[in-house]
Amino acid sequence: MSATTIERPRAPGRRLRRRRALVGWTFILPNFLGFATFTLVPVLILMYLGFTSWNAFGAAEFTGLENYERLLSDSTFHTALLNTLYYAVFHIPLTLVAALGLAVLLNQKLRGVAFFRTVAFFPYITSIVAIAVVWNMLFSPEAGPVNQFLEAIGIASPPGWTTSTDWAMPAIILVSIWRDMGYYMLLFLAGLQAIPGELYEAARIDGANAWQRFRNVTMPGLRPTTFFVTVMLTIGSFKVFDLILVMTNGGPGTATLVLSQYIYDTGFVERDFGYASTVAIVLFLICIGVTVLQFLVNKRRER
Amino acid sequence: MATLTLDPPSTGTGTPGNRGRADRRTGLHLVGRVLLYAVMLVAAAAILVPFVWMVTSSLKNSTQVFTVPIQWLPDPVVWQNYLDIWTKADMSTWLRNTLLLSVVITFLQVLTGSFAAYGFSKVRFPGRDVLFLAYVGTIAVPWQAYMIPQFILMSRFELSNTLWAMIALQAFGAFGVFLMKQYYESIPEELSEAARIDGLSEYGIWRRVVLPLSGPAVASLSLLTFVNVWNDYLGPLIYLRSPEIWTIQIGLKSLVSQYNAEYALIMTGSVLSVLPIAIIFMLGQRYFVQGIATTGVKG
Repeated sequence: MSATTIERPRAPGRRLRRRRALVGWTFILPNFLGFATFTLVPVLILMYLGFTSWNAFGAAEFTGLENYERLLSDSTFHTALLNTLYYAVFHIPLTLVAALGLAVLLNQKLRGVAFFRTVAFFPYITSIVAIAVVWNMLFSPEAGPVNQFLEAIGIASPPGWTTSTDWAMPAIILVSIWRDMGYYMLLFLAGLQAIPGELYEAARIDGANAWQRFRNVTMPGLRPTTFFVTVMLTIGSFKVFDLILVMTNGGPGTATLVLSQYIYDTGFVERDFGYASTVAIVLFLICIGVTVLQFLVNKRRER
Repeated sequence: MATLTLDPPSTGTGTPGNRGRADRRTGLHLVGRVLLYAVMLVAAAAILVPFVWMVTSSLKNSTQVFTVPIQWLPDPVVWQNYLDIWTKADMSTWLRNTLLLSVVITFLQVLTGSFAAYGFSKVRFPGRDVLFLAYVGTIAVPWQAYMIPQFILMSRFELSNTLWAMIALQAFGAFGVFLMKQYYESIPEELSEAARIDGLSEYGIWRRVVLPLSGPAVASLSLLTFVNVWNDYLGPLIYLRSPEIWTIQIGLKSLVSQYNAEYALIMTGSVLSVLPIAIIFMLGQRYFVQGIATTGVKG
């Protein structure tokens, strides 16, 4: 600001401040109008809808906590919640480890590393529908390539994957790790490159071996990235939907029914907007709660 | 807050110095190198298998797709599927709709996003930071949680079951504002200060100074938005009911249920839906990586 003090009044006057606010708002407004109407307002309406009974015809009727009582005895909701947790508990750590492993591997100065990074990232940018369809065929129980491979390495009766209530969820978890790890690998790579090389040199001089260097230099240096990745992975896991919708449609039975699909089915198929919003609020609270929790834990660890 | 550039072949300083002189002298180094390549090759093969299978299956007859043992190379190569699919399914309509939406939404997102980002990063005014917090806050709220009120609102505006719904849904995302703002903050304030002294208005500074300098960020945002819109399945599933406004993802899903035993045809549709994205990705992968690195890791 020093350059302008010669020509402008020392403290910005009220007129100037108002002008600046006006200019600022005109920049933000084109985007904000759309953002407020189609994102911010719906989020606010959601909070109200959760307390209503509304079946798309007529007006929403305020029913207080009735919807929340219904949640407690709704066994389909419990199944969806448990399935979502099942998915999250495996998807989060496994993707994290796979992504970190890939990042460390592809952070080496080797010829052709760029090509491998491209390969690892590619699944993430291809459409969910296409990969779900392909994987469904790969997992096909009788003549699918996955089971042929398993039989070839000596597994006599390989699982039925998406047709089996026990194996449908593991199949989905495998596909989502395969799809997501490239994205998180990029985040880790950015984090790795921000760690100063001198730290590794110093550790080497102190006689630290590869594992010790990883444990004591890489891991602490990556902490902000790991935190961010964990938060993103957690939100991503709890809202998982389209992959499951195309691969198994929640089945067989309700074996892979997750919260997001339950919201979709209740809202858009059964047209029970009020109750669907209640489930949506639960999903919302889980995501926000987990984020805040991780934030607090991270803060404490930093101290 | 420096932008993290991740040039694919890591040039120079970034990589931790694990290629020390001590290593180079030993034979261990060579063995390690071979091992690394072996691990990378196996990983790459495992990652790519589904795509290879998709392409080869699309070049077979449907009866040859599931064979024991697996036939990796189609014999004979059948191109017929790539001709049939245009008559058996409404591919051209789906592709046209998807392309139209991707282009329009990308344009609007980049325009309004970079405009708003200028307001957030270069103009100081009361309430700005709170407003920005509202933007960032919604990134953490899953869309699945508010899709119902959003649908009700769209229906009230009579936008549901039109392509406008998709535009309204995706053109004003918080993500674009966030990405552009991160980048603008790395542009030195002195530049806009100098332009201000030369008498340029704030709009002029955005148009002539900041925007021309933000080529990489604009490229990142354009590519990421384009790919997101192209691949979106849930939005079109909820909003696009009439077949004549379907996008490629909805179309592909309907193809799967309509011709559920014609595996080769389904794979052909999958290849066609992935191909444009694959090409765009190959051409601009640098910008994908930069875009993700900029927004992904807090500075």
